[in-house]
Amino acid sequence: MSSDDPLLEVNGVSKRFGPVQALDRVDFEVREGEVVGLVGDNGAGKSTLVKTIAGIHSPDAGEIRFGGERVTISRPTDATALGIATVYQDLALCDNLDVVANVFLGQEEISPGPGEVSRQLDETKMEHRAGELLSSLAVTIPSVRTEVGTLSGGQRQQVAVARSLLGEPKVVLLDEPTAALGVPQTKQVLELIGRLRERGLGVVVITHNLANVFEVADRIVVLRLGRVAGDFQAESTTEEHVVSAITGAGAGDDNREVEDERRD
Amino acid sequence: MSAATEDAAGPAPEDAGRVSGTRAETLRRFVQGDLASLRVVLGLAVIWAIFQLQNDRFLSAENLTNLMLQITAVGLISIGVVYVLLLGEIDLSVGAVSGLAAAVMTVLGVRHGWSPYLAIAAGVLVGTAIGLIQGAVFSRFGVPSFVVTLAGLLAWQGALLQVLGSTGSINITEPKITGLANTFYSDAVGWVVAAIVIGVYAAVALSGHRRRVAAGLAGKSLAPLAVRVALVAVVAIVTVAILNSDRGLPLALLILLAFVVGMEYVAKRTRFGRHVYAVGGNVEAARRAGIPIDRVRVAVFAIAGSMAAIGGILAASRLLAVNQNSGGSELLLLAIAGPVIAGTSLFGGRGAVWTALLGALVIGSISNGMDLLALSSAVKFMVTGGVLLIAVVIDAIARQQRQAAGRV
Repeated sequence: MSSDDPLLEVNGVSKRFGPVQALDRVDFEVREGEVVGLVGDNGAGKSTLVKTIAGIHSPDAGEIRFGGERVTISRPTDATALGIATVYQDLALCDNLDVVANVFLGQEEISPGPGEVSRQLDETKMEHRAGELLSSLAVTIPSVRTEVGTLSGGQRQQVAVARSLLGEPKVVLLDEPTAALGVPQTKQVLELIGRLRERGLGVVVITHNLANVFEVADRIVVLRLGRVAGDFQAESTTEEHVVSAITGAGAGDDNREVEDERRD
Repeated sequence: MSAATEDAAGPAPEDAGRVSGTRAETLRRFVQGDLASLRVVLGLAVIWAIFQLQNDRFLSAENLTNLMLQITAVGLISIGVVYVLLLGEIDLSVGAVSGLAAAVMTVLGVRHGWSPYLAIAAGVLVGTAIGLIQGAVFSRFGVPSFVVTLAGLLAWQGALLQVLGSTGSINITEPKITGLANTFYSDAVGWVVAAIVIGVYAAVALSGHRRRVAAGLAGKSLAPLAVRVALVAVVAIVTVAILNSDRGLPLALLILLAFVVGMEYVAKRTRFGRHVYAVGGNVEAARRAGIPIDRVRVAVFAIAGSMAAIGGILAASRLLAVNQNSGGSELLLLAIAGPVIAGTSLFGGRGAVWTALLGALVIGSISNGMDLLALSSAVKFMVTGGVLLIAVVIDAIARQQRQAAGRV
């Protein structure tokens, strides 16, 4: 399913905020068509790692490789240009605009004609493409002309994910996509993540919810105090192993193996 | 007219099973204020009925023509105010800017003998420049727009006194300038304009419909479109018929309508307009989407300044003079109150340019009607204040209900 080279590779990345070592020589990778769950306690460095990949923080040390090549991501637009899309927890949708407008926000299609400023938005084209995109994700939204503010939390999450796919990214980073969602809506979003994998995207899901991770992830990476405290194949591990890696209480065997390998 | 346009352009036709849902949705929108415009049109009808019962000259062609002339300046200023409100900001300087721009135009055109066109352009540019400055201070330094433009209100009033000099009042004798508000076209021109409006509207609506059908986004039925075109046609024909039976179609009304249509196009159909709504709806979302927030803000304040200047110039043209009170007294409050009464939210992201026209009509009708009844200024202010308060309360309630329904 996946090629030999990882799509996105983070090697020995460190990041310090004043006295706090937020990331300490972190190694991390995502392959094509792979869903990686990124878990850890509050303050373990999950968000910092994602923000570093997304270009919001620049790392103090270490390297990021994308498609096998070393890249510098110093601004969010750098990440977007490479094909790394990020969906943040607070979604960043405009509730006063409809689904089409939100999907195309900042990347509106305009009709051909003279004048950069006066040209008309190509609503027909945008509506058509938004409709295609959403139906390819089997998203359940009554109409693409619905105001986003009237949608449920799960639907809003779906719109946010659809928007991130507009630039045809290769890697999608999802920050707490199921936080504050009910059971059926969580299911919708997990199914959506599954469809992203089917499209061959590399998906990174940050979450607190271990049940969700086991349901959707191929691999689970545990961060603890800014370090990688475990890297598990979801199929061959148990929740206890992951929990002990998160809390650091009597770290499991797989965990120690991984740590040893990495130190070599 | 635009109210119907807006609603008919809503969601694409769906299966029959969703009809009841659509109806419930319409009801909810009406209650929660998204359809405020329809409510305002009904309110306007009630106001007109009341004044007509009290004084049967109210709906006469002469008085309706006067009403149109009275609302032109406020309506033009309100167009800029709508843009500022869409951002969720406020511009308290528009009244003072309108006075200053008119004074600059008059001093250059009358005292210094500039060509009237150059003088008008200079007046408008003064407004644009002021808007650019205020917008830049607001966006660069993060000073609340309320404070920046309050400072502007004082400063530009001072500048007005400075420009007028010791005389304190200048009469406008230049016919090109006075002609702006005092030109009436013949019946034939009125009908030609009505025909052009209807024709262009129908053509634009039809080509939009064709494109949507071609893309498989809409049903083939032309009925909703025909209703919209018919509505526009009726409004245009009735308006021209009324105006023609008095002095004819006023140039001032044409100017107002042209700006309403043009700026509505910019707000609803262009990328810039979309960005204005986005910034007003959720600044953080707009920033992350890569929208140049600062540029949008500065541009919006420049629009507000320019429209204020244009409104001020029309007001001076109608008054045939500028004086120390130009752009003063209640002009600012009415220019802001109008769009809010007609459904543009004070909280940003919701509203439309044509609420400037509708709001000016409501406020203008109240003021005009009370003048006909020879009520005192005291009563006029209190009634207008009451209407504004009710409109703002409705806006706030609508917002609370949206929040209660999980829509922030």
